[in-house]
Amino acid sequence: MYSRKASDSKVLTCAAVWRMPKELEPGSHESPDDSSSTAHTLELLCHLDNTAHGSMACVAWEPTGDGKKVISLADNHILLWDLQESSSQAVLASSASLEGKGQLKFTSGRWSPHHNCTQVATANDTAVRGWDTRSMSQIYCIENAHGQLVRDLDFNPNKQYYLASCGDDCKVKFWDTRNVTEPVKTLEEHSHWVWSVRYNHSHDQLVLTGSSDSRVILSNMVSISSEPFGHLVDDDDLSDQEERRPEEKSQEPPQDSVIATYEEHEDSVYAVDWSSADPWLFASLSYDGRLVINRVPRALKYHILL
Amino acid sequence: MAAAAAGPGPGSGPGDSPEGPEAEAPERRRKAHGMLKLYYGLSEGEAAGRPAGPDPLDPTDLNGAHFDPEVYLDKLRRECPLAQLMDSETDMVRQIRALDSDMQTLVYENYNKFISATDTIRKMKNDFRKMEDEMDRLATNMAVITDFSARISATLQDRHERITKLAGVHALLRKLQFLFELPSRLTKCVELGAYGQAVRYQGRARAVLQQYQHLPSFRAIQDDCQVITARLAQQLRQRFREGGSGAPEQAECVELLLALGEPAEELCEEFLAHARGRLEEELRSLEAELGPSPPAPDVLEFTDRGGSGFVGGLCQVAAAYQELFAAQGPAGAERLAAFARELGGRYFALVERRLAQEQGGGDNSLLVRALDRFHRRLRAPGALLAAAGLAEAATEIVERVARERLGHHLQGLRAAFLGCLTDVRQALAAPRLAGKEGPGLAELLANVASSILSHIKASLAAVHLFTAKEVSFSNKPYFRGEFCSQGVREGLIVGFIRSMCQTAQSFCDSPGEKGGATPPALLLLLSRLCLDYETATISYVLTLTDEQFLVQDQSPVTPVSTLCAEARETARRLLTHYVKVQGLVISQMLRKSVETRDWLSTLEPRNVRAVMKRVVEDTTAIDVQGILGPRPGLPVGWRIPMLWPPCSACFHHQVGLLYEEGVRKAQSSDSSKRTFSVYSSSRQQGRYAPSYTPSAPMDTNLLSNIQKLFSERIDVFSPVEFNKVSVLTGIIKISLKTLLECVRLRTFGRFGLQQVQVDCHFLQLYLWRFVADEELVHLLLDEVVASAALRCPDPVPMEPSVVEVICERG
Repeated sequence: MYSRKASDSKVLTCAAVWRMPKELEPGSHESPDDSSSTAHTLELLCHLDNTAHGSMACVAWEPTGDGKKVISLADNHILLWDLQESSSQAVLASSASLEGKGQLKFTSGRWSPHHNCTQVATANDTAVRGWDTRSMSQIYCIENAHGQLVRDLDFNPNKQYYLASCGDDCKVKFWDTRNVTEPVKTLEEHSHWVWSVRYNHSHDQLVLTGSSDSRVILSNMVSISSEPFGHLVDDDDLSDQEERRPEEKSQEPPQDSVIATYEEHEDSVYAVDWSSADPWLFASLSYDGRLVINRVPRALKYHILL
Repeated sequence: MAAAAAGPGPGSGPGDSPEGPEAEAPERRRKAHGMLKLYYGLSEGEAAGRPAGPDPLDPTDLNGAHFDPEVYLDKLRRECPLAQLMDSETDMVRQIRALDSDMQTLVYENYNKFISATDTIRKMKNDFRKMEDEMDRLATNMAVITDFSARISATLQDRHERITKLAGVHALLRKLQFLFELPSRLTKCVELGAYGQAVRYQGRARAVLQQYQHLPSFRAIQDDCQVITARLAQQLRQRFREGGSGAPEQAECVELLLALGEPAEELCEEFLAHARGRLEEELRSLEAELGPSPPAPDVLEFTDRGGSGFVGGLCQVAAAYQELFAAQGPAGAERLAAFARELGGRYFALVERRLAQEQGGGDNSLLVRALDRFHRRLRAPGALLAAAGLAEAATEIVERVARERLGHHLQGLRAAFLGCLTDVRQALAAPRLAGKEGPGLAELLANVASSILSHIKASLAAVHLFTAKEVSFSNKPYFRGEFCSQGVREGLIVGFIRSMCQTAQSFCDSPGEKGGATPPALLLLLSRLCLDYETATISYVLTLTDEQFLVQDQSPVTPVSTLCAEARETARRLLTHYVKVQGLVISQMLRKSVETRDWLSTLEPRNVRAVMKRVVEDTTAIDVQGILGPRPGLPVGWRIPMLWPPCSACFHHQVGLLYEEGVRKAQSSDSSKRTFSVYSSSRQQGRYAPSYTPSAPMDTNLLSNIQKLFSERIDVFSPVEFNKVSVLTGIIKISLKTLLECVRLRTFGRFGLQQVQVDCHFLQLYLWRFVADEELVHLLLDEVVASAALRCPDPVPMEPSVVEVICERG
């Protein structure tokens, strides 16, 4: 199952739920792998009716569970949809809207995989807000998270309160949502708007960012990752076989660094994401239609694993 | 020749005979001398020390000692022709004649002298004989005298001994009399109050009485004396305790008591206790002046009073003590030192409290003078009581005050800098009256720079007072070394420049990036200020400091280059930030305009959109006028033609005001026309006009990709250089990239696309002149149009000629 946006002549961005052809994904339906380049046609299941709420900016599945819940952001509304049996119909379960001066528009949103999937983070203008999906009320708000528009968000999959955001001020910021006054960490590697930021699903020190300076940057944020010094994961298996002592590695100071800058794209990069099957594989998509698939450098991979 | 005539040097012999007729005379005389010397057995060679000459043994040398006439004549005859023989003969004859006459003259001249010399010698012989006789007689007489004298002293010996004995007896009797009279005398003295006299008497008699106390009579006297002395001591103590009679008198009392053999320990305690009482009185009066009531006397008066009252008193006490109790040894000195240390500590505490009141501000010269007095005053007790460490403590206080003063000045400088910034802000924010320009940025910059510099100079001058020659503490090692290098140079000047850079940089990191709390013009001004500091001011100020404070300290100081690098970095960051802020202003405008418009249902373009005109206007204004962002009250009047009058150089530029022009690449001598035709007819059409049919979207992509392969990647937020073109290029890059990104997010109808086309062409017409590389503008604008075309379901571009007409029309 998977969703995409469509547009009609009145320039209203809509959203719909589609089913991927079965033969492509024989194993599981949950995998949201992108397969738009195949010749197989998608099966339209239902539309998310948003005529009353304005253009869709973002759609997000509930990260775990039975895949019956979808959040969509339309203008200044946040809509929680409940897909009926066999997903033939989407019913608006609850909604909330952002009130304030001027025209507020959501730009992006993410569903937190923590807290039993009750939290959603949204971005509008320069602010990042957190919502509780049970009450549809705001739970935190990072005003002026970025100097300019916030473009994207991502939750750390392994650390409950950690959130990454990126925006037009060329920065990537890491937040602890319990303390919204100061970012935990700020990266300034890009030279234009950062459009997309993604944590690696299993090794959350790996952070991928794509920017309209047509670069993709892979960073190693050791200091704020859930795996300090990168030796804890497989310690049990390896310590017996190998003579090397774990202390040796733990003595290395944690240092955040840019692992690699990928300059294959010729135009703005608008989306980056990690493969859900292989944690060392990622793809980036740029304006000129180029999809680039890269691997985490082998040396780093072994460094993290061993 | 005159010198040669007066006396020829010893080196000139006959071998090197001078030429000319005047040389004849000395030549001849020399010859005569030579002969005389020969006669007296002096060899001419050694007498004259002649360096070179004919061989003295040469028998043919006419003047030589070994002259052999025969050989000479033989030689002449053998060697010379007849004419020369004749010549030498006449010459010889002439010489012989001359020698004869010389000899005669000499004899005549000296005859009388010989005679008188002979006479004198004869007379001398007679006189000596007479003298010998008289000497003999003298010796005999002397022997007689010695004899007599011996006899007389033998006779007198006896009598002399008796006289001596008698004199001894007399003295003894006198002493005894004195002893017998002593009690009455003492009583009298005590009655009259002449204690000194009494003590002296007592002292004289004491030893004797002690010695002879086994004799009953002396014993009685001694007892009497002891009674009287006890009374005397009692009275003295009484007087001493009463005090109030001033330090000298007390010292006298103590001295007398000591002479009376009172225990020194106790006296010394008592003495110090008294002194303490007096000094504490002084301290209390000083403290009273410190009191909370504001009309305290000024600090100079205070230290004066403290100096004369307390320090003077302490000096007297110390001097008296050392004089009186010198016999006490190190223990006594230690006691005094402890005493002085304690009281001195209290005094210092008071002085420090007073000086602390002075820290708030006020007059440096007064403070320095006060410190000088304070320090000078304490040198005397410091020398007296080296162990008490008073001088060191005083120096320490002075140093501390100096340090605090430096800190105060640093604060002052910072405040002045911030004040300048506030002034600039106000000047920038002040509403401009119509037709009347406010002060230009250059003027503001000059104001700020000069005011800061004058503040720095004033601070330096104020601090310089501490090291003036006539100030007593200026030659302390601290003031010669550390104060100059670490305090003034590092702490004050370098510290200030650093803090200035930091303050300036803090404008870059201000969280309100979007709010733009800092007016961009201020950023620009600060950036230029820092750059000026980097190029000239820092080295000037540091040189000034080094000159004024001859830094002798060896401790490492921050080199000029480091500071310059910091200033340059600050300038660069400020300028980059300025570009970002200005770019952001224009970007926001463009973004709003793109995002709020309904591009699908727009009408056929007739005009360039106002916002584009506004962009060009604002860019021009950044370039041209002192613009501080869009002014709310300004009607969006369309004045582009006015903005470029034929003489655009006579405008003063905002950025140009503070930064040089910079280098443009590929400067096309103008014409927007020419570039436009390239851009629009050949390239634009060639690129996407034919491929606007939806069936061939790949061509566009391919073309654009190929084109991108050959163009350089555009770094949008790249650091800028210190010139106008670079600044404006930065701003325009940011703006156009924003436009591009926004356009890509929208969907366009046919007329929407055409409108974008018109707008881009318009920007193209006017923006190229601001940037370093106009190709950049073309590229970005091409991208914008191409992106719009891609986002258009019905891409039919407008005829380039129509676009041109619309743009021309404005």
